[in-house]
Parts: sequence; C-alpha cells; structure tokens
Amino acid sequence: MAKGLPKSFKKSLWAYHINSGSCNGCDIEIIAALCPRYDVERFGIKLVGSPRHADVLLITGPVTRQMVDKVKRVYEQIPDPKAVICVGNCGNTGDVFYESYNLVGPIDNIIPVDVYVIGCPPRPEAIINAVAKAWVKLETLEAK
Amino acid sequence: MKSKEATKTTYRLPIGPIHPALKEPVMFEFEIDGERIVDADVYLGQVHRAIEWTGMRRNPIQILYLAERICGICSISHPIAFARAVENAMDIEVPARADYIRVIQGELERICSHVLWAGVAAHEIGFDSVLFLTWQMREKALDLTEYLTGNRITKAIITIGGVRRDVTKDQLPKIYETLNYFKDNFEKLRHMFLDDKTFKMRSQGVGVLTKKDALELCAVGPTTRASGVKKDVRVDQAYCAYGDLDFDYITPDVLTGEVNGDVYDRIIVRLLEVKQSIDLIEQCIDKMPSGELVSEPKIPKLLATIKKTKGEGFGRYEAPRGECVHYVKFTGESDHPYTWKVRASTYNNILPWIPMLKGEQIADIPLVAASTDPCMSCTNRVAIVDSGKRYEMNKEELHRLSVEKTRRLMA
Repeated sequence: MAKGLPKSFKKSLWAYHINSGSCNGCDIEIIAALCPRYDVERFGIKLVGSPRHADVLLITGPVTRQMVDKVKRVYEQIPDPKAVICVGNCGNTGDVFYESYNLVGPIDNIIPVDVYVIGCPPRPEAIINAVAKAWVKLETLEAK
Repeated sequence: MKSKEATKTTYRLPIGPIHPALKEPVMFEFEIDGERIVDADVYLGQVHRAIEWTGMRRNPIQILYLAERICGICSISHPIAFARAVENAMDIEVPARADYIRVIQGELERICSHVLWAGVAAHEIGFDSVLFLTWQMREKALDLTEYLTGNRITKAIITIGGVRRDVTKDQLPKIYETLNYFKDNFEKLRHMFLDDKTFKMRSQGVGVLTKKDALELCAVGPTTRASGVKKDVRVDQAYCAYGDLDFDYITPDVLTGEVNGDVYDRIIVRLLEVKQSIDLIEQCIDKMPSGELVSEPKIPKLLATIKKTKGEGFGRYEAPRGECVHYVKFTGESDHPYTWKVRASTYNNILPWIPMLKGEQIADIPLVAASTDPCMSCTNRVAIVDSGKRYEMNKEELHRLSVEKTRRLMA
C-alpha cells in the first residue's frame, strides 16, 4: 500500500474512467482490477458512470484531437477535491504513437495529472497502487 | 453532427463518444420514436492515432509493436496479419514450428477475447455476477498467456518470419491444466448463457441480422457466422498451421438446428468457438513438429533484405472478431513500407448495427451493440433532443434502462 495511507478512510473512492483514444489494453486491465482476482471493490473503490459522482479520474490513451475537448469537459465536471491518474505509457509520453500528427497529449499538457502509471499496459496491481496514492492526496486535501 | 430534419414524432439521440466501460470512443446518432429506434447512424474517428502514417516512417520490426497496439485485445491478430503481409511481400517461408506456435497463441487470444466478451454482454443486461464469474475464468487464460509469453496483454511474441519464444516441453503441464480448467467449466458457461431464462428473454429475437444483410454489409467473424454465413478465413484460406488441423465453420445450427441471426445466436457461436479453440490448441500440441522458430534470426540482415525488397504483400487473419487484413508495399528504396493499410474486423461489423438496431428499443442498444463484440464505446453522455428541450442521459441511465427491462421481463 502507498506510503502515508491511513488505516481507515473517511469515504470510499469512486473512479470515473475515460478512454481518450487508447488501444483498450489499459482499459481491460482497469476492469480486471475490479474483477474477482484483484477485487478492488472490497476497498470501496468502484467505477461510476458519471464524472459528477467521481473522486478520481482514470484516463487512458494518448488524447486524440477529437477527444481533447471531451477530456477537458469531463475533468471540469468532477467535483473538487479530485485526483487524476494517467494510466499507461501512451498517456504519459505518447509511447509508440509519439510522432503522430493527430495527438494532443501527453495528458499533462491538457489537464493536471497527480499519479502517473507506466506500463503498456500496466498490471492491475500497478493501477491499484496508483489509486491508493491518489487516495493519499485526497485524504491530505480533506485534512487541510 | 448530421442535420437531419426531425419530424414531430421522432427525435434524435446522439450517443457518445465517451463511455466509461471498456472500449474505444465512437459516436452514434439514433432517431427515436418513443422507445423504438427508427434509424441509426455511426460516426467514427475518435481513436484516430495515425498508426498507418506513423508506420510508413518505421521499419517492419518496429511496426510489429505498433501493430500490436492497434487493439489491446487483438494484440496477436494484428502482428500476425502484418507479419504475414511482409512475409508475403518478401517470399519468406515461416518454419513449421513457428506456424504451430502462432496458432496456439492466436487461439489462446480467442479464448480470452470471447470470455471477455461474454462478461461484457452479461454486464450489459445487468447480470453482473456472470461478469465476475467469466472474468475470473479469463484470468486463468491470462495466467497461461503470461506464462507462455511473459505478458498479460501485449505479448510481443510475433516477429517477421516466425515467433520469438518457444513452447517447451516443461510448459505443457501448465497448458493442459488451463485447458482442462476451461473444459471443466465450459458446461457451466454454456448453462449460464444458453439455458438461463434472463439471457434467453433478452437475447432471443433481439438485434436480428439476416443472412442477406450480413452478406451485403460484409459482416465478418462470429457476427456473420451467427447469421448463417459460412465465412472463416481459417477454413477458407488456411494459413499458418490451420491447414493441418481438423475443424469446421461454427454456425448456430450446429447446436440448435436453426439460424435466427439474433443476439442469442451470436452467444452460441462464441461459446462454441471457445470450445473449438481449446480443441485446436490440443491438436497443435500433439502435431507440433520440432525445428527452427524464425527463418532469419539476425534482424539487421532481415532489414537489409527488406531494403532491397520490391513488391507488395497481403496478410489475412481470422481475429476473434472476424477477418483482419493488412497490406504492405515496399519500393526497394528504404526499409520503411511505402504503404501500410490495415482493415480491422470491427470496421466491417459496425454497419450491420444499423439493420440490427432498427425497430429495437433504447434499452436494447447496449446489448445489441455489444453483441458484435465491437468496440462498443460510446454510451456515456447521451443528450435526447426533444422539440428543442434537451435532456441529458448518461451511460448509467442507459444501463439502468437495460437492467429495468430485464426485471420487467422477469416479473
């Protein structure tokens, strides 16, 4: 578990997932993290269907030109305090698509990112660890 | 967005492009009359990452990794199709053992993909316990993939002229263990999907694609086979080791004796294909010859040959979702291909959505769209435009409608 994480939480963490043009690799690993093998729902972490219900934004993909506006709008819809997790290499650096003309990413050019998860795709363990780190940020913000 | 004149009774329903569940963003526009869908339209391009353009600036070994990242679920299909296109252009003969290993990896991917799809379909009708059960089974297949290739999703095992890793004798027990696990649990899966009242009610007679439409719209893979069209690249134009293996087209009449082309039939086809894949892997292990893994292990030498190659190549592969085609052309001036064209299977399966969805209810959109195993990617933010007033609906709402319909039918 991430450093600085308290033993009990004030609330359960709800995540909203947005695919900004990814290859589905990271997306299926996010779902795998929710399923019985890794089962993050036992910690109260779950995917929600609307950004307005979310605490954490999980974002995958290198952000194509068509998706920039949508990513920004989803980010703005999430109520504060919020944390953004960038899942996968292509959101972090562009990865194999780095020279493509249709990309606006990396994601931190568009919205502020709190936790970077590397890997193509990252393993579910890495994604869970990232969510725990985002939790630390939210708990710290809450304490202030 | 298309500016279609909406009449008094119908209204337009744009869906997408953001969707919180699984796959790529896509956008649809539905014309709705009450609960019925009158017309449907699809807008693509949100996931355009300019892969072909990028590929024309790289050499084929680098493109393999790019091809792998076209789709994370078909991450064996695209590299094999691309490698076969390059091999076709260069007249490379792939060693027999490599061909068998390609089939084993490809079929393993098919099991993963179909089981994944089964879970998604269950989720779409609000049957989440089945989603969890199937994904638990899928983890077994992923364990085996990781054991054989070193990775869960992007396997990086295909190379031009062969494969990069062998399947050794001491790996066989683990393969058999996993295959037996799937065989033991197949009956459970079959019972869950085919005998269950909820599934039957939601899938029988829903999203019908007639044989004529399937042929006209060039549907591929399980979607077209469920409509009774006998089309499977593995049989039609046997590649890799498929020519030596004993198997046949899977259409729903194998099990039920009739073809309806509805969602239920698509479930049948995919389930039977899981069983077929298990059988194919076993046949491969039995028949696998010993020998080389790659025709040219030295990559610089291979690239030098590619530099001198002049000509074009074509690679076909039956991906879990249907036929996937890669085309390359080399001009003999550099090792970068002059052209690289990819036609992935989902592209063919998107147009059949229009006849499938016409006349269905809004609550059926998620299931019908998911039934082609697409990149059903869309449904997060829906705005219903009704005589100037704008209601917003998100994926959750749509999912709720779908779940409510299941409950209504159960009552």
